[in-house]
Amino acid sequence: MKKEDIPQDLSALGKITREVVYATDNAGNYTTELSKGWDVKITALNTAWEDIEERIETAKQKVLNNEASPLLYFMEKALMDIKLVADYTGFWGWQVKKHMKPAAYKKLTEKQLQRYAEIFNVSVDELNKLETHEA
Amino acid sequence: MKLDFEHQQSAHCENGVTRSLLNNIGVNQITEPLAFGIGAGLFYIYVPLLKINNGPVIAFRPMPGLIFKRTCRALGIEVVRKKFSSKEKAASVLDECLAEGHPVGCQVGVYFLTYFPKEYRFHFNAHNLIVYGHEGDQYLISDPVMENTTSLTAYELDRVRFAKGTLSPRGQLYYPATAVTVTHETIKKAIVTGIKRNAADMLQPIVPFVGVKGIRFTGRKIKKWRDKLGPKQAGLYLAQLVRMQEEIGTGGGGFRYIYGAFLQEAHVYHPNNELIEISKMFTASGDLWRTAAVQAAGIYKGRLGSQEDFDVMGNYLLEIAEIEYKAFTALKNIKWQ
Repeated sequence: MKKEDIPQDLSALGKITREVVYATDNAGNYTTELSKGWDVKITALNTAWEDIEERIETAKQKVLNNEASPLLYFMEKALMDIKLVADYTGFWGWQVKKHMKPAAYKKLTEKQLQRYAEIFNVSVDELNKLETHEA
Repeated sequence: MKLDFEHQQSAHCENGVTRSLLNNIGVNQITEPLAFGIGAGLFYIYVPLLKINNGPVIAFRPMPGLIFKRTCRALGIEVVRKKFSSKEKAASVLDECLAEGHPVGCQVGVYFLTYFPKEYRFHFNAHNLIVYGHEGDQYLISDPVMENTTSLTAYELDRVRFAKGTLSPRGQLYYPATAVTVTHETIKKAIVTGIKRNAADMLQPIVPFVGVKGIRFTGRKIKKWRDKLGPKQAGLYLAQLVRMQEEIGTGGGGFRYIYGAFLQEAHVYHPNNELIEISKMFTASGDLWRTAAVQAAGIYKGRLGSQEDFDVMGNYLLEIAEIEYKAFTALKNIKWQ
């Protein structure tokens, strides 16, 4: 890539920092330049996020219909899967899976709920009410 | 307490950490491309059957920590590397290192990395940064992909050092143990070691999904994605490929350019004109990776989507594999003086 062809499409990252890119100058020698982002990357990221938003919305509906416990919603929101939630909370995978069901979730103690609440960056109260905020 | 340390930005995190930690002990000849090349940082693997974020697992780099380890070893520099089972111990050892005057490299997870924009914070555990001081509750951070230095609280640093999941860092920290004088001869030799290793990795003849073979394997797979997964899922897979390829800290096209730069710098140590010619091949390969990314974007944006479009995409990867096969074979066959 030639230095003058380095894209400068402002990405979410570009607002915080520009990235170093290696490219060639007129003589064909490598040099570095800063880039604010590239449209191709921005849309790749957007595509991934659209998919995630869909998964979160599906999970939310399941929770509201009482087909799943709030943990499913928070798990999707945190981009996690059962194994990762298990790793972070110290529960076993099968326990996490069980807690995803509303009946099992209701039996959780305050202390157990607290373990979930901490990795999702919410209070136990917010966990029960499906309230989130940014980490 | 703030150590005397100069922040430098780089294209890839581990190159940057390696260069900065080495520069800090007085090994000033090591640039980002040299760290990348000596550390044999160019790699490719498509892990079949596994999924990450509901998409394919593709990596353009070797396991985290290898670039630092290989570069230091090739330069005759001893490395200190520690993993921990307890957060308390990990925190106290970090404080001790800082007190002894060592800026420290840490492997971290990106998900809880507060200074990154939310859009980029996935469960990705192979990021690297340097801690170079401690002021009040703030640890001073030099993250090589950032233009400027930043900071994290003790709690935030704990969290990223003990991120969970694939490649969990387990509090891992590392730094060069002692300052040594690195001679011109040592670097000359290290360059040859790095090139030979990288050629061997990329040309490995056995595993079908690693190295140049792996790129071909992916190219052939992509052509089948549309029928096998349906257009929507296939688009998501391509978006994942592009993110693995071009996103911060990793890299397909970008890595080829760094490798091209490395070969030009290698030419200063080994005045063999073949290096310059092979460098051009990596530039061509990098350009083609980017062209492929543009094609992929056409598909996941929905502008393209026919089987022909997927074939074009797959063929780009086959073409890239061909260039890289030639380039690495040429590197393998160089007669070093």
